Amino acid sequence: MEALIAIVIGVLTACGVYLALRGRTFPMVLGLTLMSYAVNLFLFVMGRLAIGTPPIIREGATYADPLPQALVLTAIVISFGMTAFVVILALRARAELGNDHVDGEEYPR
Amino acid sequence: MNHLVIAPLLLPLLAGTALLLLRSSDTPVRRSLSILATLVLVGLSLALLLHVAEHGVQVYQLGNWIAPFGIVLVADRLAVIMVLITSVLAACVVVYAARGSDHAGRYFHILFQMQLFGLNGAFLTGDLFNLFVFFEVLLIASYGLLLHGGGRKRTRAGLHYVVLNLVGSTLFLFAVGTLYGVLGTLNMADLAQRLSAVPPEDLGVVRAAGLLLFGVFALKAALAPLHLWLPGAYGHTSAPVAAMFAIMTKVGAYAILRVHSLMFGPDAGPLAGLLDTWLLPLALLTVVAGTFGVLASRRLSEQAAYLVIVSAGTLLTAFGLGGAEAFAAGLYYLTHTTFAAAALFLLAGVLGDVRGATQDRLVAGPALPSSQLLGGVFLLIALAVSGMPPLSGFIGKWLILQASLGQPDMLWVFGVLLVTSLLGIMALARSGSRLFFKIDETASASVPPRIGDLGAPLALVIAGIAMVIYAGPAYEFAQATADQLAQPGGYLAAVLQSVAAGGAQ
Repeated sequence: MEALIAIVIGVLTACGVYLALRGRTFPMVLGLTLMSYAVNLFLFVMGRLAIGTPPIIREGATYADPLPQALVLTAIVISFGMTAFVVILALRARAELGNDHVDGEEYPR
Repeated sequence: MNHLVIAPLLLPLLAGTALLLLRSSDTPVRRSLSILATLVLVGLSLALLLHVAEHGVQVYQLGNWIAPFGIVLVADRLAVIMVLITSVLAACVVVYAARGSDHAGRYFHILFQMQLFGLNGAFLTGDLFNLFVFFEVLLIASYGLLLHGGGRKRTRAGLHYVVLNLVGSTLFLFAVGTLYGVLGTLNMADLAQRLSAVPPEDLGVVRAAGLLLFGVFALKAALAPLHLWLPGAYGHTSAPVAAMFAIMTKVGAYAILRVHSLMFGPDAGPLAGLLDTWLLPLALLTVVAGTFGVLASRRLSEQAAYLVIVSAGTLLTAFGLGGAEAFAAGLYYLTHTTFAAAALFLLAGVLGDVRGATQDRLVAGPALPSSQLLGGVFLLIALAVSGMPPLSGFIGKWLILQASLGQPDMLWVFGVLLVTSLLGIMALARSGSRLFFKIDETASASVPPRIGDLGAPLALVIAGIAMVIYAGPAYEFAQATADQLAQPGGYLAAVLQSVAAGGAQ
């Protein structure tokens, strides 16, 4: 399972970086979103992968680490807010600059 | 527990919330509430500083959860001096903004107070993930402030700034996650202890996480080659926001200093001096790159933005030299440069208003009314920024050069700092002569200056002059702060004592 999750995080990050480096705001926002998904998954996995272990300490029972879950929740909320902000900003830039290029001007191909 | 520690966080948070509720009330009400809250914050910060100076490191356990299980706020000398600098700067900036430039948007004061909340939180927190959260608080407030007033160039610069910082936040989370995954803690004091006993097989991962963290802080501090976002963002925003942002690069520098001294300090075993290889060369490169920008700038606010890069480089040069003496020199320089850069941004705003359509472009413009007063203030600020005697910039640079004496990189530090200082003086002298001496008769008419606008930049200059007159006590405080940083044992003991004692008091 660890290998699968690691591959998923890697692919998400790679796609995110590729899209974030594009010259248009929409793919760039998607790229940032993919990167934040990747990092949320990464944080979650940092508590180690285990099935059927509640985050409660009891005698004789194994338990899951609850802290990464709290961290992921915080990170999700923050990245959600930031994504909403950057979408609005991209729309405003599209309206004010007249195109959706990140530099605000079209370059001849 | 002393509740004074959390006061600098609660006050701006409550003031910001109150301003949000009062957002439809009259402008004077909102302005006076914001100014009042900021002035009280100055008093609180001063009280906290005096308390910490007398009683040592203060630890505040949020929710009374003992460290390292709960989040702690730690007020050591470094944190409280940063909080005091922030609040003094904020008081000057908010007074300037209340004279008219906050009118372009209704939410200026709300965002301003939230920015203060984020800044003070970032300085006071003793938890790495909490540091991330406060970084996000101050960043989202800064996004709003940066775009305040609108305009094409501002929107474009804002888009770049927001996207870069979002990528930075993602990297920050990767670093935090890695450190937690390997070491199992996020409390900075606890991390510092565990870092000194990392098993050899985990060293590579921890080193990668540490350098990733350094990269993120370097982006915030505008360390070359991650400095290119700064001129656009700072040069195109409104004057009070740019002045407030003078402290923002210092947050990055603060975080680097904290991590450098606490987590990767001399006691960190195999990881000691993790950042040493990178910090000093990159800092000197930043100074050089910033100076080229200063020489090439076409507007005074753009020039001030490049001067912020130069000052960030100079500051990190001091931190990169390492040792208590260099830290003390860096802290003195940090205080000076924050005030001086903010004063220059505010003056650029005043000049931009006065010169009408010519704005603050460094070209011949209309003849200025009361040019002697404006020119005099410009001269004072330029002297301070460029590090000429008798103002505080000279003492700051002199202390840094003195700290580098006898170090292996002494020649590099002397060469780079002295040559770039000379180039900076030349660039500022040229700007001054273009702004005040060259008159273009055909230029559109100038607007009579509102003398009151000069109050805030002058107050910042006076703060700099006070740092010269009281250079002795100021340097003594900086030295005591640096000693605390060079021997993190006191910090660790204060934070983790509750564990040893077996519970909270």
